Amino acid sequence: MTTAAADADIHAALSGVTRVYPGTATTPPIHALGPINLELKRGEFFAVVGPSGCGKSTLLEVLAGLQQPTAGTVMFEGRTVAGKVPDGIGVVFQEDASFPWMTVWDNAAFGLRRNGVATAEIRRRVDDALAFMGLTDFARAYPAQLSGGMRQRVCISRTLVLQPRLILLDEPFGALDAQTRLLMGDEVLRLWRRTGATVLLITHALDEAAMLSDRIGAMSARPGRFLDIVVTGWSRERNSKIVSEPQFGEITGRLWENLRGESLKSLGHPGMAAG
Amino acid sequence: MIASRRVADTVIILIILLLAWQALHQLVGATALPGPVPTLAYLAKFVPSERFAENAWATLVCFFYALLLSYGIGLAFGVWMGIHRLSGAVGEPILISLYTLPKVTLYPVVLLIFGLSLSGRVTFGAMHGVLPVALLTMSAIRNIPPVYHKSARTLHLSGWQTIVTMLFPATLPEIVAGLRIGFTLTLLGVLLAEMFAAKQGLGSLIINAMQLMQAEEMLTVAVVLFAFAALANALLLWIEHRLHHRV
Amino acid sequence: MSRVGWIRLAVLAIAIGLLELCCRLGLIDQRVVIPPSEMAVALVRLLISGEANEQIVRTFGIVLLAALISVVAGFALGAVIHALPRARQSLDPFFATYYAVPIFIFYPVMIVIFGLSAIPIVLMGVATAIVAMIIATLNGLDRVPQVLAKVARVHRMGTIATALRLKLPAAAPHLFTGVKLAVSYAFIGVIASEFILAPAGLGRVISDAYTDFNNRQMYALMLLLIIVATLVNMFLHVVDQRWAERRGIAKP
Repeated sequence: MTTAAADADIHAALSGVTRVYPGTATTPPIHALGPINLELKRGEFFAVVGPSGCGKSTLLEVLAGLQQPTAGTVMFEGRTVAGKVPDGIGVVFQEDASFPWMTVWDNAAFGLRRNGVATAEIRRRVDDALAFMGLTDFARAYPAQLSGGMRQRVCISRTLVLQPRLILLDEPFGALDAQTRLLMGDEVLRLWRRTGATVLLITHALDEAAMLSDRIGAMSARPGRFLDIVVTGWSRERNSKIVSEPQFGEITGRLWENLRGESLKSLGHPGMAAG
Repeated sequence: MIASRRVADTVIILIILLLAWQALHQLVGATALPGPVPTLAYLAKFVPSERFAENAWATLVCFFYALLLSYGIGLAFGVWMGIHRLSGAVGEPILISLYTLPKVTLYPVVLLIFGLSLSGRVTFGAMHGVLPVALLTMSAIRNIPPVYHKSARTLHLSGWQTIVTMLFPATLPEIVAGLRIGFTLTLLGVLLAEMFAAKQGLGSLIINAMQLMQAEEMLTVAVVLFAFAALANALLLWIEHRLHHRV
Repeated sequence: MSRVGWIRLAVLAIAIGLLELCCRLGLIDQRVVIPPSEMAVALVRLLISGEANEQIVRTFGIVLLAALISVVAGFALGAVIHALPRARQSLDPFFATYYAVPIFIFYPVMIVIFGLSAIPIVLMGVATAIVAMIIATLNGLDRVPQVLAKVARVHRMGTIATALRLKLPAAAPHLFTGVKLAVSYAFIGVIASEFILAPAGLGRVISDAYTDFNNRQMYALMLLLIIVATLVNMFLHVVDQRWAERRGIAKP
């Protein structure tokens, strides 16, 4: 791990990261996260699962540079992340972040236009991203005319055109129904294979994590720490059909074993957690 | 606690308004605009007087009849347009354009029909108030969730029981909102009518006071009307909030 | 046009036709209401003669000025108040009461202070319109999704770029609702003031025509005011609805 060759394989790393939200006159400070140690290998698909309120999203925002860690360091491609979102990181949020005043095409082109990319190149990349996300027919539509799943694809397209090397997904399918989520999972796998990017997915759905990831970090209730890191061993060519394989059940079973007690804690049943 | 803070905020706003008044008074001079203190002193003297009582009574009577008309016609139209979808679809844009129209324009017509009489002022007041009542009543009835009708049928309620136990309570908050706005606009209409042409009422009192350069009397009447409108609105808002928050 | 639209047109046509008929048959005294066709003829003649042009320009100019001041100042005040949550909370009872008070009772006060000129009329127009714009601005800024701030940081946008490129367009349909209200309220404020007391303007001319029993002049100008106000309001209403529809905003 100390050699330069091994370091090159580490795409992003959190070491000893904690996040404490300072208290106010009437409320005590909240220790939301950590300490967390995590090394994301270049090109891997890593999922974080945990009970609600465990600091999963905080972890993502700290890694993205949207929040400052209270202690510890965040590295991306060998540089410290501090106060700004580094170039090469794309984020897709849980909330619908599509711009309702722009067409799907203009939504996707937003980042490229801001970066002053040449018009022809913008057209090429946007058309390509929309085709890849199955949005070509809706390029001139407005987000309000699309379903929630389609709007999330618009947001993914907007991230995709910037060719990020690390894609952070903050429960992007949280608001969608179960079947749509499986299908969107397939899309994300295709995207991951094609771009070769490193992906960090935050989710509360064990099946989603088990199906999509190379490794899954199971997080404790607040303050969030990793209880277990499960290696799935799926091939890179996987898709949503693996949900019927026995190994899938084993992985979700192992995750639930770790998380059941934590989920009960976050529901406020400490007594039942023991049972 | 929230209520007490609201009271505190209201007091702060009143103090700021009084200070602004005083500042304006310093700026433009005592004859044009008397300050709050002399005005309130005049108010204490004027309000118990017979002249004030006569005019206030005239305005109140006119307002009462106008409100009765606004509510009666507004509710009838609102219920009809809410239940009969086609009428609602046809009539809503017409009512909306009438709502946004400066209705003062039509006051001379009302005067030509009724003359300078009480019925003219009542009609003009009702013309203002009837529209919000009708529009909000219609929208309240249209917005009843269809599941209520289904529940009523699964519970085997009769038509009358459905209205009393479900439809009436479900529509009440929005209807009361319409009645509140109707109250406000009816008052506005009555006062406009009195200000434009009338021999009695608080509206005409303001205009007379202005023409006779009695700034204190003018401000006194304005303050009284302000207080009346604000208090009535607060009461109706309170009822509305209660209806919204009942469980 | 939809079936409902045709029915609406028919209803209006029948209403106007009935009025015409009643006037022609003498069921309605022509000293009270003149037939709608004569109103239209009188209006066309008046417009051709150009007698009232000065008053027309004056009144609609004042309405435009009052609406403009209300929209610009209302937006600015709304943005400032939105940035100060404590002040906003305190102002809540003020906004809740503002339109309940018949503000025209303060028009004579304005006249006493500023004299009988256009200034009190502009001020009354602004007074009726500006608070609607402030409320719409607050409402619009409230509805800017919080996630946009995060998106802005991911795209490394500065405060000004975020405000202009993301927050403003996100709030725009709600701001337009404010513009719509401000225009129709400015109309009401200005016309009503001119009716009560004014040195000139359409409201004054109509009210004079009423006093002089000059029904033709009165009805012609009344018709003009109603047509212009209705067209402007309808135009703003349609744009508002289209916009809301495109953005998926439910409008009452």
